[in-house]
Amino acid sequence: MYLKKEYLYEHDQPYKVMPGPEGYVIPAAASMGVTLPDAGGGLLYGELVTEDVAMEEIARRLLTDPNPTLHPGPLVIWAWNEHAIEKARAVIGIAAEIPDLMIIPMADYRPRYPKVDPEEMINPNHPNLTIWHNKEGICVFVGVHCHYANLTLKMIRAGTNCCTVALCAEQGHEDAMLTVRDCDAAKLWKLAGVIKRVREKMGIPAPTAAPTGGFGPVDHKKIVVHTPEEWARIVESARTGKNFAMAKAVGVPPELGRPEGAI
Amino acid sequence: MSLDYVKVSPGFEKYIAKEYRDFVEHGPFGKKVSVSQVGTFKEALEEHPMCAGCAMTLFIRLAIIAFPNPEDTITVGTAGCGRLAISQAMIPFVYGNYGDTNAVASGLKRGLMTRFPDKYKDVVVMAGDGGLADIGFSMMMHSWFRREKFTTIMLDNEVYGNTGGQESGMTTRGAVLKMAPLGKKFDKIDMPQLAKTAGCVYVATVVPNNPRRVESVIKKAVLIAREVGPTYIQAYTSCNIEYAIPTDKVMEDANNVEKDRYQFQEYITDEAKQYLADKWGYSEYKKKEIPGEVKA
Repeated sequence: MYLKKEYLYEHDQPYKVMPGPEGYVIPAAASMGVTLPDAGGGLLYGELVTEDVAMEEIARRLLTDPNPTLHPGPLVIWAWNEHAIEKARAVIGIAAEIPDLMIIPMADYRPRYPKVDPEEMINPNHPNLTIWHNKEGICVFVGVHCHYANLTLKMIRAGTNCCTVALCAEQGHEDAMLTVRDCDAAKLWKLAGVIKRVREKMGIPAPTAAPTGGFGPVDHKKIVVHTPEEWARIVESARTGKNFAMAKAVGVPPELGRPEGAI
Repeated sequence: MSLDYVKVSPGFEKYIAKEYRDFVEHGPFGKKVSVSQVGTFKEALEEHPMCAGCAMTLFIRLAIIAFPNPEDTITVGTAGCGRLAISQAMIPFVYGNYGDTNAVASGLKRGLMTRFPDKYKDVVVMAGDGGLADIGFSMMMHSWFRREKFTTIMLDNEVYGNTGGQESGMTTRGAVLKMAPLGKKFDKIDMPQLAKTAGCVYVATVVPNNPRRVESVIKKAVLIAREVGPTYIQAYTSCNIEYAIPTDKVMEDANNVEKDRYQFQEYITDEAKQYLADKWGYSEYKKKEIPGEVKA
């Protein structure tokens, strides 16, 4: 376990958190002297930067790396509360700015054996399978609980050459190549704006098709999920907040505990 | 009580995998399901990596269907075959270290009672005979002495199946196993009797070849544990690999073992009977009024 200055005493350069594959048992970036950013900051390949700098690089890589993929986690994909819905809106706002995007949720963390279906899900216990199958050049995690994000990010760095982005609601992740901390809905909307600005600056046209699922298991073509019209309606709802209401709560009647025909 | 956590956020409904969509639309959460309805709803446990013909998997599947409120249930397990299936169910699972499952469950249940005083949150320990009767014996007994309010279910395959066939305390006397070639030298531990002595208010032994009975005892045990005290279920769930039972003979074996040493036993205290009758409408436990009795 190094402090940054101790690491520098033994090495010429600070430890860089770069796309792998880095090896079978990789060190946690924190143990190599990488520290979490303070409020308003981010990490750029292990280096502390402002969140604006981190967001610019996230935008540049999302627009230029092959097969960019969004992995919304349980804190976004499930409508737990109003805040989860607000974050889901903002994530759709981000998705609407990135051409050729894939969306593959991490809906939960339970182990998946005998096999995971990598075209439609990513699992924290073997995320490399989904990254490999879909040839992801860059992936974004948002709404994943810290402990499983740490596990996932390390495994991806260990076994794939994918660039990882963690949009973290807490303090950020050392093991992500690019991370921004305190990502509430407002900050996610800010990132959507940065991506739009960078895209226009780079002369990349706005996406016309909806984000797809992963590469189909039979024909190896990206799975079409929405028509452009359907997606346009979803994006419009996300941007305006109209028709994007909290799902109605379902009550559980108390008599559910009574077994039918108890012996 | 809200089930919003099984609703997909707007805009992502079609991106989430089909099995999750099926679970939201046809799953058991917020509904009343029974083992007799299997095939008509999406079960919380479907995929698993267990051996072909595993009776333990069948029992776990039935037990999870039988949970009165699966959406508000947390299972606790430990090393062994069972947790491979239990941890893949669509209900939260906590992995206790070997030996401390009932200590983990005690803390979990107390925390849930403090955090959610106005609703029932069920905690169910499901672990093997090695995890409970051998390595976890002390923690299990003490949780019962303390009258912790959760259910303990022993998946009794009478062997350490996951590690190659060592004898456990629940192996029968004389049984010869791969790693016990001389045969076991002492008797199977009488856990149901120990459970009664230690303060369990509901104790039952079952085999998985009677699904309705499994459902009934699990429901009763979980309901009683909500307010009355600790409950214990011991289920014979053979290891067809270590005991070399042909896959198609697993249920026949369960039937034979039920006749031999696993007859259905059910012990329930008067307090638990009263609770089931008053709170959950179990008519069979309602006190029959004696004609002519003078009430004080």
